[in-house]
Amino acid sequence: MARKISYRQAINEALVQEMERDENVIVLGEDNAGGEGAPGERDAWGGVLGVTKGLYERFPGRVLDTPISESAFVGAAIGAATAGKRPVVELMFIDFMGVCFDQIYNQAAKFRYMFGGNAITPVVIRTMYGAGLRAAAQHSQALYSVFTHIPGLKVVLPATPYDAKGLLIQAIRDNDPVIFCEHKALYDTVGDVPVESYAIPFGEASIVRSGGDVSIVALGRMVAVASEAATELAGAGVDAEVIDLRTTSPMDTDTVLESVEKTGRLVVVDEAPPRCNIATDVAALVASQGFEHLQAPVQMVTAPHTPVPFSAALEDLYIPDPSRVVAAVKLAMEKGS
Amino acid sequence: MSAEPELGVQRVTMPKWGLSMTEGRVVEWLVGEGTGVRRGTSLVEIETEKSVGVVEAVQEGVLRRIVAPAGARVPVGGTIAVLADPDVPEEIVEQVVADAQVQLAAGDVEETGGPQLAVADVEGRTITATLSGAGPETVVLVHGFGGDKNNWAFVQDALSNTYRCLAIDLPGHGSSDKDVGDGSLEHLASVFSGWLEQMENGPVHLVGHSLGGAVAVAVARSRPDQVRSVTLVAPAGLGSPPDVEYLRGFAEATARRELNPLLSRLFADKRFVTRQMTEDLLRYKRIDGVSQALRQLLQTLLDGDRQALDLIGTLGELAVPVVLVWGAEDRVLPAPDVSGLPPRVSAHVVPGVGHMVPIEQPAQVVDAVREAVAAASRRPDPYQAS
Repeated sequence: MARKISYRQAINEALVQEMERDENVIVLGEDNAGGEGAPGERDAWGGVLGVTKGLYERFPGRVLDTPISESAFVGAAIGAATAGKRPVVELMFIDFMGVCFDQIYNQAAKFRYMFGGNAITPVVIRTMYGAGLRAAAQHSQALYSVFTHIPGLKVVLPATPYDAKGLLIQAIRDNDPVIFCEHKALYDTVGDVPVESYAIPFGEASIVRSGGDVSIVALGRMVAVASEAATELAGAGVDAEVIDLRTTSPMDTDTVLESVEKTGRLVVVDEAPPRCNIATDVAALVASQGFEHLQAPVQMVTAPHTPVPFSAALEDLYIPDPSRVVAAVKLAMEKGS
Repeated sequence: MSAEPELGVQRVTMPKWGLSMTEGRVVEWLVGEGTGVRRGTSLVEIETEKSVGVVEAVQEGVLRRIVAPAGARVPVGGTIAVLADPDVPEEIVEQVVADAQVQLAAGDVEETGGPQLAVADVEGRTITATLSGAGPETVVLVHGFGGDKNNWAFVQDALSNTYRCLAIDLPGHGSSDKDVGDGSLEHLASVFSGWLEQMENGPVHLVGHSLGGAVAVAVARSRPDQVRSVTLVAPAGLGSPPDVEYLRGFAEATARRELNPLLSRLFADKRFVTRQMTEDLLRYKRIDGVSQALRQLLQTLLDGDRQALDLIGTLGELAVPVVLVWGAEDRVLPAPDVSGLPPRVSAHVVPGVGHMVPIEQPAQVVDAVREAVAAASRRPDPYQAS
């Protein structure tokens, strides 16, 4: 049975249900237990934005509050994963991933391969990404492309509360390291989420809206931006299909190629800067495997190649918005027709 | 639809087909203004995010005014047309139309008469259903393998005009508990009877589709006190060679690209398979326990490449009226030679329709139910007479 809850609650519920199902699931991170035990304070803070609130008391000994040392606690989580636990470790901001990169890309990502398939590393690294919260250049990046680049990691970007719960459950049950990217601006969005536990398989894109004129491929927070643009375009007589990739590694290339085969036109919307991002990856895929179906050049709507500005006015301009998607679609519709 | 018999004026309103429907789009009016209609006349085609259906006239009259033209989006409960007797003065019709337009413009539309969710606890299991309508007779709709209460949205909406109407989620389906026990027909029938005891005091008219048809027959056999008539829509257990590839494929499919081609086998007209239908089914199939439940039920349905259930004998022994509807284009459970069925079964094979008769041709199901209810009221009720 479904009811409406927020993206934040959906993630919390996924953690609760998986921790109840499997006692090997543990949670680590900064400020998980902040406040707990302080005078007058019964409940823990639940991480910087309260996503794990309630877990600390509910699962004694299985929610570990860590010092501010990402290299240590991410490494500890990866080690615990190799030893039979299923850790879900929260690395506050994706921007901080640099300090523990060796643990992630040179250790966790390699174990299964280097031990001939005999080792598994079922760790989930939950992390916040994205601009829009006036958090400046070091707390606002969309760095998922960096992890998508690395074989051995799975990269997940839920766009809705429904997907957040189902993809996190899948991430916890998955035997490979998963980078689970939560957009800060989505935490308070609300949607239908089943009460029951469910897993969404990785590598299956979601067709958010079907249409025949143009394919708009988006991910994470950009799915809502693309959908808003599609609604506006429908009023102008353009029937857009909106595809949410859901996971960038593995990526559902079939759904993208089938859609472009139908529409002949492709617009990719990505919040990351334009070099070596998901937009270029999808554009390259279609150029190399679906070129004969393209009726116009691929359009890419991305952030500019700059750090995320602290100036509110500039930050608003930095993030792709529906009007830029509409303009890109119109360009794709004009050319080649 | 809401009737205002004292004026002879009836507002045709946007129906609520299923719990999640909030608005619909008028696709096409099938009758023009000034046309006389009878009860059951198809008035208008409505598109929801899930599918396209037809609204029928609830009573006789003249379609005096179309309020929502083709293309208009109207919230559930909003007036889309006005039906009235020919002798109702034009001013009264105009007033109803004007009120409706004011309501629509203000977005001040009240959802009325839509189905309500009914949640029951049957031996520790949650069993859910939608409940709508009122009347002396109760009709209970039982979906098929992998289906749910929403399969009946069009049928339930139409039946609710005359009957109290319930559509159950069988164990393992919809929002009900995913535990199907041993998956046997007897188990499903026993949970169903336990649920019905909680919901209803007297006997009801059962309507079963596919696997739900077999459940209806099993309940009529094991608990004759609960059943006044049985309407079967493409039921399991009557000897059709099943589409094994569909049944096994449906149980195993986890991805959209696996599921979509299978779903198109359910319909004669593949346009009924919408993006939302596939999405809803994927969401159902992803829930923990569903795959296991479906595999378990498959063992009840199939014996190798044939149906494991044989209910033809049971059908002949039932004391209540039995009406049968089958789509001539059914590829999942093709219609058997109906002449081989017990002669007391009233059988209708509908041309141009696939397995999902309740979605493709709901009016045929509604007519069959009315026939069954009428037949039941002609014969003495053995449990009332004594």
